[in-house]
Amino acid sequence: MATLAESGPKRTALYSVHKAAGARMTEFGGWEMPIEYTGITQEHLAVRTRAGLFDVSHMGEITVRGPKALAFLQSITCNDVSRLSDHQAQYSALMYSEGSAVDDCVVHRMGENDYFICVNAANTNKDFAWLVEHNSAGAELENVSRQYSQLALQGPRATAILTKVTDADLASIRTYWFTPARCCGVEGILARTGYTGEDGFEFYFSPEHSVHVWSTLLEAGKDEGLQPAGLGARNTLRLEAGYALYGHELDENTTLLEANLGWICKLDKGEFLGREALLQQREEGVRKKLVGFEMAEPGIARDGYPVWIGGEKVGQVTSGSPAPFLKKNIGLAFVPPEAAQPGYEIMIEIRQRQARARQVILPFYRRPK
Amino acid sequence: MYPEEFQYTKDHEWIRVDGDTGTIGITDHAQKELGDIVYVELPKSGDAVTAAETFGTVESVKAVSEIYSPVTGEVTAVNNKLQEHPELLNSDPHAGAWLIRVHLSEPQEVEKLMSSEQYEAYIREAESQ
Repeated sequence: MATLAESGPKRTALYSVHKAAGARMTEFGGWEMPIEYTGITQEHLAVRTRAGLFDVSHMGEITVRGPKALAFLQSITCNDVSRLSDHQAQYSALMYSEGSAVDDCVVHRMGENDYFICVNAANTNKDFAWLVEHNSAGAELENVSRQYSQLALQGPRATAILTKVTDADLASIRTYWFTPARCCGVEGILARTGYTGEDGFEFYFSPEHSVHVWSTLLEAGKDEGLQPAGLGARNTLRLEAGYALYGHELDENTTLLEANLGWICKLDKGEFLGREALLQQREEGVRKKLVGFEMAEPGIARDGYPVWIGGEKVGQVTSGSPAPFLKKNIGLAFVPPEAAQPGYEIMIEIRQRQARARQVILPFYRRPK
Repeated sequence: MYPEEFQYTKDHEWIRVDGDTGTIGITDHAQKELGDIVYVELPKSGDAVTAAETFGTVESVKAVSEIYSPVTGEVTAVNNKLQEHPELLNSDPHAGAWLIRVHLSEPQEVEKLMSSEQYEAYIREAESQ
């Protein structure tokens, strides 16, 4: 839901709660969001070792319904929507014909002829306009972003906490499945999804209950060490987990194959926007390749820093940061495909000097089973 | 909060002048804005610094921030503790986490800086915007 400030960025229904909790606010994707409460490092570690609660109500939600819904989604997303059962979700992307992404998204199958897509906040309007423009199939489209708050409860203690406030059988919800459920007395959609690399849930519900659900969850998690976590920790957590962020690893000039997202491109599912370009690129090879790296000497790579190999500028860092759990300085970067090789060294230009970095296998972090 | 014996810059550095030596650091406001500080780059003893020009970098988890010198002069000491313990800049920015000491070549430059009272008013105004 969006309540408009007098001017400037939108605010979620929890804006005042975040301010009262002492959060530092920042603009992200057109929204004024909490970047941190107690500190990014501490919040990051809480999610890795206990649990964190994120307000991600800025995310967009779009419903796709009607007899043409499946055919339409198959034609404009890269993953195979026909493989979804009711109450199953799928990581995917809305596609340009060039094989790049309009946005990455999670497609949820509510039932036959009934889907909802969760998209990036900054892209919601662009995505919706693009969907409408390509909807020759005649699916029923609605941007329902204002009808939902979204909270993400993430971390190894998430299930134990959520059990206290829901009647849903959490053990029966597998990763990337969801169920209509009542949490904290509020009806909504409870999905076992997230963007942190931890186990956890995302709950979509009507914004008027936001303060109640937020505070009830925090109270339920007090003994488990649950704490609010901001977008700062969300970013460092997703980077450790090797997840792409639109505008960084993904944009209109980057194909999904180049961004290591070939696994969501089901080229044999039938015709879809971008398929020809992806097929061609699979034959001819990619122009660049996303790699993970760790700094091998002091220095922190940041978004946009140039990458050098053998005295030549060959690419760019897309995301770089200290990794609070791994206690290393890590990053993602595009390099020429022939240079993409775990173990190979690249140089990161940091303020007029070059610092050595070593390519590593992604993800940087994988949660213990 | 902000020691009266310091002078302050608009870029949130402080300087404490003793005779012809100035000790320079970043303010509590600066460390709060940055968040968890994880990395510090400082000049070496003997390096020259110039008023209003950058002499180092402080990095937090989320951001890189240049540090500007309040004065012109030569670096006489560097707080090497910060290489191992950059987090001191969050916990003790006005004392233990000083950055460098400088021999002032233009002592009158200090007069252009803000007093603690002026600095407090300056950040109150910045925060209200």
